[in-house]
Amino acid sequence: MRKLAKFNGGVHPPQHKSESNQQAIAGLPLPERLFVPLRQHIGNPAKPLVSVGERVLKGQIIGQPEGYVSAAIHAPTSGKVIAVGPAPVPHPSGLADLCVIIEADGQDEWFTHEPLRYREMDPSAVRNRIRDLGVVGLGGAVFPSFIKLNPGARQKTQTLIINGAECEPYITCDDRLMRERAEDILRGIEIMGYMLHPTEVLIGIEDNKPEAIAAMQAAAARVTFPVEVVAVPTVYPGGGAKQLTRVLTGKEPPAGGRSTDIGVQVFNVATAYSLHRAVHLGEPMLSRIVTVSGNVERPGNYEALIGTPVEHLLTAAGGAKADTARYIMGGPMMGIPLTSPGLPVTKAMNCVIAASEALFPSAPPAMPCIRCGRCAQACPAELQPFELYWHAKSRNFGKTQEYGIFDCIECGCCDYVCPSHIPLVDYYRFAKSEIWAREQEKTAADTARNRHEFRTFRLEREKQERAERLAQKAAGAKTAEAPAETGSDAEAEKAAKKAAIEAALERAKAKKAQVQPQNTDNLPPEKQQEIAEIEARRAKIREMAQQPPDSTGN
Amino acid sequence: MRLPLFRQTISVNVIMLKVMLALLPALFAYIYYFGPAVVVQIVLASLTVLAAEAVMLKLRRQPVLPFLADGSALVTGWLLALSLPATAPWWLTVVACLFAIVVAKHLYGGIGNNLLNPAMVGYAVMLISFPAYMTQWLTPDSLHAAPGLGESFRLIFGSSPPLDGLTMATPLDTAKTQLKLDLTLGEIVKQPIFGLLGGKGSEMVALGYLFGGLFLWQQRIITWHIPAAMLGSLFAVSGLFWMIDADRYVSPVFHLFTGAAMLGAFFIATDPVTGATTPRGKLIFGAGIGLLVFFIRTFGGYPDGVAFAVLLLNLCVPLIDAHTQPPVFGHKNAHKKGSPD
Repeated sequence: MRKLAKFNGGVHPPQHKSESNQQAIAGLPLPERLFVPLRQHIGNPAKPLVSVGERVLKGQIIGQPEGYVSAAIHAPTSGKVIAVGPAPVPHPSGLADLCVIIEADGQDEWFTHEPLRYREMDPSAVRNRIRDLGVVGLGGAVFPSFIKLNPGARQKTQTLIINGAECEPYITCDDRLMRERAEDILRGIEIMGYMLHPTEVLIGIEDNKPEAIAAMQAAAARVTFPVEVVAVPTVYPGGGAKQLTRVLTGKEPPAGGRSTDIGVQVFNVATAYSLHRAVHLGEPMLSRIVTVSGNVERPGNYEALIGTPVEHLLTAAGGAKADTARYIMGGPMMGIPLTSPGLPVTKAMNCVIAASEALFPSAPPAMPCIRCGRCAQACPAELQPFELYWHAKSRNFGKTQEYGIFDCIECGCCDYVCPSHIPLVDYYRFAKSEIWAREQEKTAADTARNRHEFRTFRLEREKQERAERLAQKAAGAKTAEAPAETGSDAEAEKAAKKAAIEAALERAKAKKAQVQPQNTDNLPPEKQQEIAEIEARRAKIREMAQQPPDSTGN
Repeated sequence: MRLPLFRQTISVNVIMLKVMLALLPALFAYIYYFGPAVVVQIVLASLTVLAAEAVMLKLRRQPVLPFLADGSALVTGWLLALSLPATAPWWLTVVACLFAIVVAKHLYGGIGNNLLNPAMVGYAVMLISFPAYMTQWLTPDSLHAAPGLGESFRLIFGSSPPLDGLTMATPLDTAKTQLKLDLTLGEIVKQPIFGLLGGKGSEMVALGYLFGGLFLWQQRIITWHIPAAMLGSLFAVSGLFWMIDADRYVSPVFHLFTGAAMLGAFFIATDPVTGATTPRGKLIFGAGIGLLVFFIRTFGGYPDGVAFAVLLLNLCVPLIDAHTQPPVFGHKNAHKKGSPD
C-alpha cells in the first residue's frame, strides 16, 4: 500500500455524484449549428483558416495555432461556414470572442485522417502533430498538451500523475469515462509514458468512485508498462493538480513554478483518452464528455461536439425544470455562471449545472469577519484568508501580496466554511485584478516616461548637431571665398549638381503620384472632389510641417 | 448568483450559541455551590448588553436585528456576569456591560474590529474603579446557607451591603494576604474555604469550565493552542516556584483551579476577534497570558490577573500575528523570506 501524504485543510461538501453517474455516457443528436470558439485553450487564440460560405469536413482544421502556446481548432462535423466573427462564449467576462459558426449538413463526413506512427517519428514532430490535433488538458485549465509532453533537457520526469480525482461535487464525466473507457485511457497514458519516460506512473482517483477505481485497475493489470491506480481520500480540492501531487508524492510544487520543477507531470484522465484518439486514430479533439446535472429532469453525461449550444445538452437531459434560475459551467465550488444557455460547449466545459433557489439557496447577507480562522484551517494553499480579506477590503493591495494572494487557487474552501458568509474569493479576485491593473498602469507610465526622456535627449542632440553644422558651414563659406578666381569652373559644377538633384526630385514626385492609392479611381465625382480637397489640406499641412520650427517665432 | 453554490450552514450565531451551551456546566456548578444569585446577574447582564447593542447599532446606522441575532453581545454579557461577584450591586453589572459593549466593542467598529476583549475591558474597569465591591465573593454553600432568589434580589438591587459571613475574599486573595502575614501555605489551606484542587466550590466551577472548554474544542469552535499554552505556561512557571519553596508559593494545581484561569483559558483568551490567529501565534499568545497571570497573582497588587493578562496580550496580537505567519503551500523549500509586516 502506497503511503499517502496530506494537504492542509480542504472541505467535504455534499457530493451529489449519484444523480448523474448512474447512466452510461449518451450521445447527442447533431445540432443544427455549432459555435466553435477559436480561443479554447490557454495561450494565443487560433487563427481562423476558413471563410464564410466554405464547406468544411469533420476534423478539418479551421483554426491554426498562433505562437508557441496555442492549439489547433477543428470543425466538429461537416457543413458550411456561415459566419466567422465574434459570438458569445462561456467566459467569466461575458464578452464575445471570435468563433467559427458552422451549419451542419448532417452528413458528418470526415476529413482525411490517419493514425500517427509516433514510435517511428521524431518526438518533436509528434508534439507538433498533437498541437495540430488540438489536444489540450481537459481537467479545466485547457493547457496545450504538446508542451507538457516535452520532457525538457534539464528536469527529468520522475512521476507521471494521471488525475482522475474529480473532486468537485456534481461532476461525474471523468468517473463515467474511467468506468466505460478505461482501456483507451491507458492507451493514452502509454503514449504519455513513451514521450516522457517517467520512472513511475500513478493514477489518482478519489475513493468515492469505487467502480472507476475497479475498472481502471482491471485495465491497468492488462497493460505491459508499470502503472499504479491509487485511491486517494475524498476531500475537496483533492483533484487540484498541486494538491494531488502532494498527496501522491509528498512533494510540493514550488510556488510560481511548475510541477515539472520537482519532476512531476500531471494530466487529466480525459486528456489521456483524447490523446489516445488523436494519436491512435488520428482524430482531433472534436468532442468532450459533459456532465449535465442539478435542476434537470434526467441528469447524466453526454458526449457533446465542441460548439454544441448548451440548451441542446439540456434538451437531451429532459430539459431544465421550470424554477431554474441560472446555469453554471463547471462545479458548484469553482464554476462560472453562464450568461445564457445558448453558449457553446468548449474544451473546458466539464459540467453544466442548472441552478434554482430551491437547490442552491442564496447566501445569507455577509456579516463582519470575526477572525475565527476557519478559513485558514480549510485553505489548501495554507494562506491566512481572513488577513487577505482584511487587506483587500481596505484596498491595501501591497499587503495582500505579502500575504500571498497570488498563491490563492480560488478553490472557494474559505467561502464554503465562513460563518459570516463573506464572499471571500470575490475579494481576492478584486484584489488580484486591481494589482494587475496597477502593474499595467505602472508599465505604461514607465514607457511614457522613458519616451519623454528620450525625446528630450533627442531634441537636445539635434539642436547641438544643427549648431555644429551651422558652425562648419560658416567655416566652409569662409574657405570657399578664398579661391574665388577659379569660380567659373566651380560654378558650372554646382549648377550641374543642382540640375541633377532637381531632376531626381521630379522623378520622385512623379513616382509618388503614381503610387497614390488607386481605389479612389472608380468613385463618383463628388467623392473625388472631396478626396482632392482632403489631399490639398494634407499637402498644406506637409508644407507647414517642413518649415523649420525656429521660424514660428521663439 | 454567488459561487460556491453551497456553503456550510454554521453561522456566527451557531458558534455563539455553542459557547453559551459550553458555559452551562460551570453555571450549574456555580448555582449548586453558591446559590441562584448568579442567574440574576446573567439576566441583568443579558438585558443590558442587548439594549446597549441595539442602541449602538441604531446610532451607527447598522441593521439591528441581524447583528443582535449573532449572539456575540450575549456571550459578552454572560462572561461578565460569571466574572463579576454574584452579589455585586446591579449598577456595577450594568456599568461593566455598558463599558464592554459601548466603549470596547462599538467605539472600535463593532464585532470583528475591537482590539480588546470587551468582557475583560468591562471587568478591568470595574476592578480599578470599585475594588471594594469586586472582592466580595459568596462563600460556598457548605459554609453558610447561600442566599436564595429573594435574598439575591435584595442583595443586588437593595442598598444594604451584604451581611458579613455571607461573602468573603476569594481563596486566591486569602492565600495572598495571609502569606504576607507570614503564615505558611500549609497552615493557610487548612481553612475551610479551600477545597481539594482550589477553593471549595469554585474548584467545581473551574472543572465545569474545563468540561465546557473541551466541548468547544471537540466542536472545533476553538483550537487547543491557546488553552494548552496558557494553562501549560501557568502550570510550568507556578510549578517551578512551588518546587523552590512550597510554603511561600501555591501549588500549580491550585493556580489552574482557582480564580479565572479555566474561564480565561477556554472562554476569554480564545475570543477569535482579539486573540492571535496563527498556530504559533496562538501558542505565544496563550503562554504570554499564563506567565502574566502567575506574576500578577504572585507579585502584583491584584488577587487575580487574567483580565489584565488577556488585555495586555490583546495589544500584542498584531505584532504576534505578523511575525508568526505560517509558510504558504509551495514556499516551504524556498529561501526563507522576511515575515510580512
